[in-house]
Amino acid sequence: MSIFEYNGSALVAMVGKNCFAIASDRRLGVQLQTIATDFQRIHKIHDRLFIGLSGLATDAQTLYQRLMFRHKLYQLREERDMKPETFASLVSALLYEKRFGPYFCQPVIAGLSDDDKPFICTTDSIGAKELAKDFVVAGTAGDSLYGACEAMFKPDMEPEELFETLSQALLASVDRDCLSGWGGHIYIVTPTEVKECTLKGRMD
Amino acid sequence: MSSSSIVEAPPKGGFSFDLCKRNEMLSGKGVKHPNYRKTGTTIVGLIFQDGVILGADTRATSGPIVCDKNCEKIHFMAPNIYCCGAGTAADTESVTDMVSSQLQLHRYHTGRESRVITALTLLKKHLFNYQGHISAALVLGGVDCTGPHLHTIYPHGSTDTLPFATMGSGSLAAMAVFESKYKEGLNKEEGIKLVTEAICSGIFNDLGSGSNVDVCVITKVGKLLPDIFQFLGRSFSLYQFNFVLNGYGTGGKRIHEKPLKTQSTHIRQCEGIHLPQEDRLVSLSLLKQISI
Repeated sequence: MSIFEYNGSALVAMVGKNCFAIASDRRLGVQLQTIATDFQRIHKIHDRLFIGLSGLATDAQTLYQRLMFRHKLYQLREERDMKPETFASLVSALLYEKRFGPYFCQPVIAGLSDDDKPFICTTDSIGAKELAKDFVVAGTAGDSLYGACEAMFKPDMEPEELFETLSQALLASVDRDCLSGWGGHIYIVTPTEVKECTLKGRMD
Repeated sequence: MSSSSIVEAPPKGGFSFDLCKRNEMLSGKGVKHPNYRKTGTTIVGLIFQDGVILGADTRATSGPIVCDKNCEKIHFMAPNIYCCGAGTAADTESVTDMVSSQLQLHRYHTGRESRVITALTLLKKHLFNYQGHISAALVLGGVDCTGPHLHTIYPHGSTDTLPFATMGSGSLAAMAVFESKYKEGLNKEEGIKLVTEAICSGIFNDLGSGSNVDVCVITKVGKLLPDIFQFLGRSFSLYQFNFVLNGYGTGGKRIHEKPLKTQSTHIRQCEGIHLPQEDRLVSLSLLKQISI
């Protein structure tokens, strides 16, 4: 049994036209037993930057707390929010620091950088950044998500279309994975607003 | 965590081994280690008459899955030195970033352009220090005041100085091409063609390498500062994935795309699937026709 399959997760972020969307499933389990159906995997760092953490839930929580701490210190020192690219480097450095005893966590970072250009990135559990121009996936449903997103993605989608596409990709993929599901949580972020939606999917 | 660090101050640098005990306990209970992203890879370098040419494929794998179809394996070390990395992706990125910063500090300190041998020594020292646990296999190439240099560095810290070199899982495929076709005193076009052929050989014959070819040419021009490399953009292999082909990839300002030759082959038309449009194909170099 892999450590990533202990809790189960599905995370995906996709880029649209001057906007991005990040989505996750809502199940928290202990191997095959479900213990929560409203687990929050995506956290807001600031209005234009979100991070989703898949993998072992305890490491995800610890990592999130450390990242919030570092970001708040940064805000106090620099009197501004961190840019997504900088934040991605911070995540990568924090993870690589534990190279020989890593956090069992795979983050997905999504944000709007300067000029409202969407930025998405994922890293593996030791901090190797993967910058993508279309979508990034993480979690136990990762393989299915690759396939679904590859088929459904189109460049330059408007926020409504992006929402549709991402929710279809997520729900289709988690249906093929026992360890994730129980609905979905999506954030669609444009330069002017952040929309948070909950998806109703199969509860099995 | 020790009791003195209740508030976690930003760390001073280096690795932290806090979680090792917990992770060992977990593997004792039969929990498998996660798959790190590897750059399966074919990386090559060769010395031609005016300098050094480096080449790499662009596939990053996580176990059997391709997690990045367009990653960048040629890393910047100094304006006149570049390094290709194979092995665990996090290790190659961190090691090359770290030595690149050390070289910059050294340049400020000495006021001189960096030498390739300096980068080599810094890298091999670091890797030997960690006895091979930092799994980074590198091909380092550059041009400095003493001429063009090409080196390979193995994860345990040993190095070789060679006129042509290959590393990574596709290294045997690429080396076969080099051994049969390399000669001294190649000119730039011949050199680029040979490097592309070697990488393509790795792409087609090795499962850990794939996607596109990155080529980097480093030359010295005149007595002034050396000519900054030409990053010749990507030549796409014939397997046309549903890529978003508008200057895909690194987005860094280092890429100067120079179309070599453009040709597109429609494989098949499907309903409802987005196919790349012909006019957005940036640069293609066709070396082999494959029918699917």
